[in-house]
Parts: sequence; structure tokens; C-alpha cells
Amino acid sequence: MKLHPMIAALRKHKAGVVLIALQIALTLAIVCNAIFIIGQRVDRVNRPTGLDESNLFLVSQQWVGAPNADTPDGVAKLDAMQKEDLAALRSLPGVASVASVNSLPLLDSSWNGAVSLKPDAKFSDKSANVRTTYYFTDDQVMSTLGLTLVAGRAFHAGDVQHQGFRDNPPRPIVMVTKALADKLFPQGGAVGKAIYSDGSSTPSTIIGVVARLQAPAVGTWANDFAWNATLIPARLDANFSRYAVRTRPGQLDAVMRTVAPALYRANPLRVLDDNSVKSFGDIRAKAYRADVGMAILMGVICLILIAVTAAGIVGLTSFWVGQRHRQIGVRRALGARKVDILHYFQLENLLIAGAGAVVGIGMAVSLNLALMHYYEMDRLPVAYALVGVAAVLVLGQCAVFVPARRASNVPPVVATRAG
Amino acid sequence: MFGYYLDLALRSLRRNKALTALMVLAIALGIGASMTTLTVLHVLSGDPLPGRSGTLYYPQVDARDDSGIMPGKEPPQQVTEIDGFNLLHAKRADRQALMTGGSVPIRPDSAAIDPFYVEARYTTADFFAMFGAPFRYGHGWNAADDEAKARDVVISGELNERLFGGANSVGRTLRMAGSLFRIVGVLGDWAPSPHFYDLNTGAYGYAEQVFMPLQTALDLHVDHNGSSDCWGNGTGGVGRIYPSSSCVWMQFWVQLDTPAKAADYKEFLVHYSEQQKALGRFVKAPNVRLRDLMQWLAHMQVVPDDVRLQTGLAFGFLLVCLVNTVGLMLAKFLRRSAELSVRRALGASRRALFAQLLIESGVVGLVGGVGGLLLAVLGLWVVRHRPSDYAALAHLDPAMLLTTFLLALGASLLAGLLPAWRACQVAPALQLKSN
Repeated sequence: MKLHPMIAALRKHKAGVVLIALQIALTLAIVCNAIFIIGQRVDRVNRPTGLDESNLFLVSQQWVGAPNADTPDGVAKLDAMQKEDLAALRSLPGVASVASVNSLPLLDSSWNGAVSLKPDAKFSDKSANVRTTYYFTDDQVMSTLGLTLVAGRAFHAGDVQHQGFRDNPPRPIVMVTKALADKLFPQGGAVGKAIYSDGSSTPSTIIGVVARLQAPAVGTWANDFAWNATLIPARLDANFSRYAVRTRPGQLDAVMRTVAPALYRANPLRVLDDNSVKSFGDIRAKAYRADVGMAILMGVICLILIAVTAAGIVGLTSFWVGQRHRQIGVRRALGARKVDILHYFQLENLLIAGAGAVVGIGMAVSLNLALMHYYEMDRLPVAYALVGVAAVLVLGQCAVFVPARRASNVPPVVATRAG
Repeated sequence: MFGYYLDLALRSLRRNKALTALMVLAIALGIGASMTTLTVLHVLSGDPLPGRSGTLYYPQVDARDDSGIMPGKEPPQQVTEIDGFNLLHAKRADRQALMTGGSVPIRPDSAAIDPFYVEARYTTADFFAMFGAPFRYGHGWNAADDEAKARDVVISGELNERLFGGANSVGRTLRMAGSLFRIVGVLGDWAPSPHFYDLNTGAYGYAEQVFMPLQTALDLHVDHNGSSDCWGNGTGGVGRIYPSSSCVWMQFWVQLDTPAKAADYKEFLVHYSEQQKALGRFVKAPNVRLRDLMQWLAHMQVVPDDVRLQTGLAFGFLLVCLVNTVGLMLAKFLRRSAELSVRRALGASRRALFAQLLIESGVVGLVGGVGGLLLAVLGLWVVRHRPSDYAALAHLDPAMLLTTFLLALGASLLAGLLPAWRACQVAPALQLKSN
């Protein structure tokens, strides 16, 4: 089939052709970028925290009329109250282990800082520091959170200290995540080495390395240290406390219901509300609800966009078929087969959609560049654009099929009729 | 003539029901999506204190030591306790208030109610007058009460409802943070959104229930919630929550009634920084900012990125829907060349044809606009039932309602313009011959 007569025919409907090509181009540009954003959000939501997330829940509670955490006396009293709570929780039936924690991954409440290989590092000296999040916890942390030890040893009960939550005492021993260890010691062998936290002059010795543990912060501002965590064997004493609890398999809901009564028995002067006992599944859902919502919204808009464009192609092609009724009859009378007519409209659509797709790639890339300028966004991979092009071409062919078949069914006798 | 054209338009639209439905639906979806997202963007980027925001300013000074300073960078987003009180006591603005946030436990007198924590604002006397907080009963405290660390408290209407059933509770007592407070005022409905004076609490859907003098809060060593950024070493100690000169954790707001006063105040901040440097407290050259309320919100980028992204996406969607409608309308009008050329031959002017076709596209736009409005109402309902901080704010106000209508009508007339113009170029009766 010759393209020349087809292009000549398209010239007669310049405006219509340009519009449909433009619509295809815009659809391609928007859908490519939207699917790219959906993909990024899905990746973010699916990244593992490093925890064994099933059968795990968190208790956050506040004491009423608690002693002042800024005096040594108050700190000692608060720590005794915390130990009482830990004992109460550990004695509950169905509980496998309990750890005192200052936060958990995805909880979005964090204590962050920086560690260095040298003492007294200035915070502004970026090259000397590696950013990290701090987890203050105890010797039960490995079993409770389900962390994996890859080198060295875990904390023993004798390692665990306690401190007021605004105090900053020396930290003689710490554990770090593998990501942080690799950044500090690219040659390996982090265990036994000393690091200095937050410009301190006293060293902390790394005693163990954890395979993976995500930071509590979920915002994009924390992306560059999401996997850098330092574990410190100390209970934080404040007028509030948090406990991570691992239950025996399948007993999560049952155990969660017994927590509030048990804690009130240990000490009634406290506040436990609806948010105080939360499964890790709920913490995860809350942390990512905006990402999931955005991905769903983008997906719905893409689907509607594709449907509108397909419907537009059907509508416009139907018009053209109606308009060319007589010409089609003439071609049929002159010997064109049905399949020739069908192919004619399919090829015409391929031309228009192809032109639209070429323009669309350009638009998709410029849209991506604009988004990168205004938002935190990565470069659109070429694969997305190519798949997008293939998709709009297929979409065009599917949309054109029905009107094209109707065109191919025009009988040759139409040529002999007037009007 | 209008009635006749309308009749023609409706006949023509009825002739191609599927196509008409497609055009109407495309416009409705485009309008519905853009109006939903635009309304959310509009409420989120709105002025929390209309009429007042122009005279409210947020001074920033840089008290950090050299370990935290990066040349050319912004000063800290909050002030230290010592700078806050220095600026407060200088009284160089028309009104000024120093504040920070936290939560305090309340133990109701009635044994039937368990103790509970409420969000609290620790601030100074000018807070209420400066931000225009309305009082239902009583009034705020004064500067002397601030200095006297008075156990005075202003409570929200909501807390008054919960504790006293909405009755006038001024003069009654409240056991809070281990101390006995006297209620001096009850606020009416007041919850500026975004929560501009302290964005660390989350910009939307946050309101304090209790307001107490800052000095009292420091004296009682209550809990602080929000951001604190410290440098150097040292701890709070008695009567201090954080080290007073090496931790930023308070917000300081001033009211400056004229631009000239604002310029003077900025001068004052520079002088203050120089003076503090001479005293050896500040290390670097003066690094000050004085943004007004709306500039501060823009600087802090309170509107979530996702909301702006969604709005952009929705308008891209509307654009595609419009292009779609233009294409369909064009094909449809050109298809009717014969009919139009007969009308031309019978004496209708181009202008008359143009008007007729524009009315037809206007009808599509109007119906699409109404559909879009319904979809926007539905969309906002969905937004309100999604778990986000700003869910409760997503309502259509009259301004946005009008915008929706103008957008729908404008968009569809725009979409009809090119097709109508092209179609009315037809030569009179020429079409009759060829057919």
C-alpha cells in the first residue's frame, strides 16, 4: 500500500489529525510520568524494614505526674517505673519477648545525628561525618524486632544502661547496621573499631553489625540515611516510654487486648489511649498511606485518560468513515478488497499515533525534567518511554478496529448512489 | 434567535447520542478532577488569618556556634530561649509573643473522667490580641501575669465543652501538670489552618486546647513537643527545659503595622545580632530574616508536594479531555457542512452560523460543567473520607464553585471556538452541488 495517497488524504483533515495526534502525545506524556511515579511509590512502600513485621506490636504510654527527667533522682525513679512495665509485659501469656525502644522503623519519631571516625568532628564538616539514626534499646532487641546479626555479638543484659532522655552520656558500646558499617569502613572489619557520635570526644566501640534496620523517619528528607542506624544499649527515661512486643505466632490480637489492663495494674497513673497499642502492620499502613493513596489516584487518572483517548479515536475515526462512505464505495467498486479498506484505516491510525508518539516522547521527557526541577524526582528511564510508545500504538489499533471494520463492510454499490 | 439556535443544538446533540455523551463525560471528568484538586490546593494554601496576615512577621536570628553554621545559609527556624526573651522584652514591635508547644496532663475533679493529655501552647500575653483569637468568656492574661509566672490558663471552647458542659468556666480551677490553675478565659472556635505559628506540630488539623503563660510552663517544667535543635553540650537544669542559649525551640512572632516599622525592625534585628556578637554570644556576622506570614508559609512549603502534583496531573487530564472534545466537535461540525451551506444559501450570515455552533458547544460545556461539579463534590467527599491531616478542610466554597462554573463554560466555549470557526467558513450552497 502506498503511503502517498494516504498522506494526501490526511492533509484534507489537518485540524482533526493534528488534534488526535496531540491528544495521543499528551496522553503518552502524562501516563508515562504517572506510571513512573506509581512505580517509585510502590518501590518505596515495598522496601523491607529489616524487622520481622508479623506478630510485632508497639506500646506507647505516658505517665501522669511523673518525676522530672532532668534530675538524677527523677531519672532513677522513671527507670524503675519502666522496668516495672517491662516485667509486667514480659509476664503476659503469649508474649515471646519485649524490648524498650525509643522508636521503630516507619514511626516517624526519631533521634538522628552523625557519627565519625575521628573525635571532636565538626558537624558542618560533611566529609568527616556519616548521618545516622539512633535507636535506644536493650538486650532483647534482636529477638523482639527479629533482626539478623551478621558480625560480632548482640547486647548482653550487663551492657544495658539507662539515661534521662535529654542527657547525653558517653556510649561505650554500640551496634550498627551493615549499611552504616560499610560506609564507615569500606574495607570491612567494623567490629571492634571505635566511632565518635555527634562530635563527641569519647569513643564508642562497635560490638556487632545488624543486616538491615530502617530509620523511623519516612519523609524524603531522610532518604540519604534511611539504612544507617546505630543501636545504643540504654533505656531512655522520660515521662513517656515505648515498648516493642513480639507475641507467639497467631496471638497478636489476643495479646494486644491484654496490654492496657496489665499496665494499669502495674501503675494506674498513666494515659493509654486508642493509639497506645498499635500493631506494626498499622504503623506501616499509616506511614505509607499518602504514597498508596497517590499511587491509586494516579492509576485511576491514567485509566480514565486512556479510556477517553481511546473513545476519542473511535469517535473521530467513525466520523471519517461516515464522511468517506462514498469514496470507500468507489474504491471497493474499483476492486479493493475488504481487507484493503481495513488496512487503510489501520495504517492511517498507525501514522497518526506514530506521529503523536514521537511528539509525546519529547513531551514526556520535558515533563519529567520539569518535575525533577520542582519536586524530588528521578530521571525517567528510557524503557518507560518505549513501553509507553508501544502501548499508545496498540491502543490506537484497538480503538480503530471497530470503525475500520465498519468501513470495510461498506458495499461497492454505494459508489453508484448519489449522496 | 437564541431559542431557535438552542433548539437546533439540542436536535443535533440528540442525533449522535453516544458522541454527545462522550463529549459531556470527557468535560465532566476533566472539570471534576481539576476542581477537586484545585479546591484542596486552595484550602491548603489559604491565608490562615485574612486581614491580619499582612502585619504579622516572623523574625529569625542566628545564634549558632561555628560548628553548625554554613555560609550563606538560612538562620535557624526557631529562636533560643534567651534570644526569645531578649526580643520579647525589647518591645520594639507593636505586639510580640514568644511561644512553644507541648502537651500537659489534666486531672479532672470528677472521678468519672480519667486523666488525659491535651495539646498546649505556652505563650505570652500578646498572643491572643495579635492573632485575633476570639474569646467566648473572659479574656487573656497580661504581661505582669507572665512575669509573675501566674497559674492562669485559657482553654479552648472544645475543652470547656468536655469539662464544664459549655458553661462559663471563668474563675474555676483546673488541675493540670501537677498544679492548680485558674481559668481566665475560654476561646470561641479558633483553629487557624495551616497552624502557621508553629509548623512543627504539623501544618493542618492541629489545635491546642490549653494556653498557659510561657514562664509558668518553664517553671513547672512541662513537656515540650515540636522540634528542638541544639549545639554544644549542656542540659536544661532547674527551671529550664533546654539549655537557654544553645537550643532553638521557641517561636517568636511580632506585629508591625506599617512597612516602615517592618524595615526598622529588621534594622533592630541586625543591631541586636551585632550586640550579641560583641558580648561573645553570637559567633558569625548578623544573619537575620524577617518574613511576613504568607512569605513564611511559602518559605516553609507547607502545601504538600503531592497535592501540587495532583493538581498538575488533573489539569493535564483536563487538557487532554478538551483536546478530545475539540477533535470530536470539529469532526461533527464539518460533517454538517451540507446543512450549514443550505442555511448560508438561505441567507444566514457567517456570524449567525458561528453563534449557532457556539451555542451547541456551550450546551455541551454547560452540561459537562454541571456533571463536573457533581463529580467535584463527590471527589471532595472522597478526599474528606481519606485519612489525611487536611481531610476535614476539603470543602467547596462559593469562590471555588464560581471558578468551577466559569472553568467549565470557558473550557467548552474554547473547545467549540475552533470547530465553529472552521465550520462556518463553508461557501453558501457549494455543498449542495457536489452532493
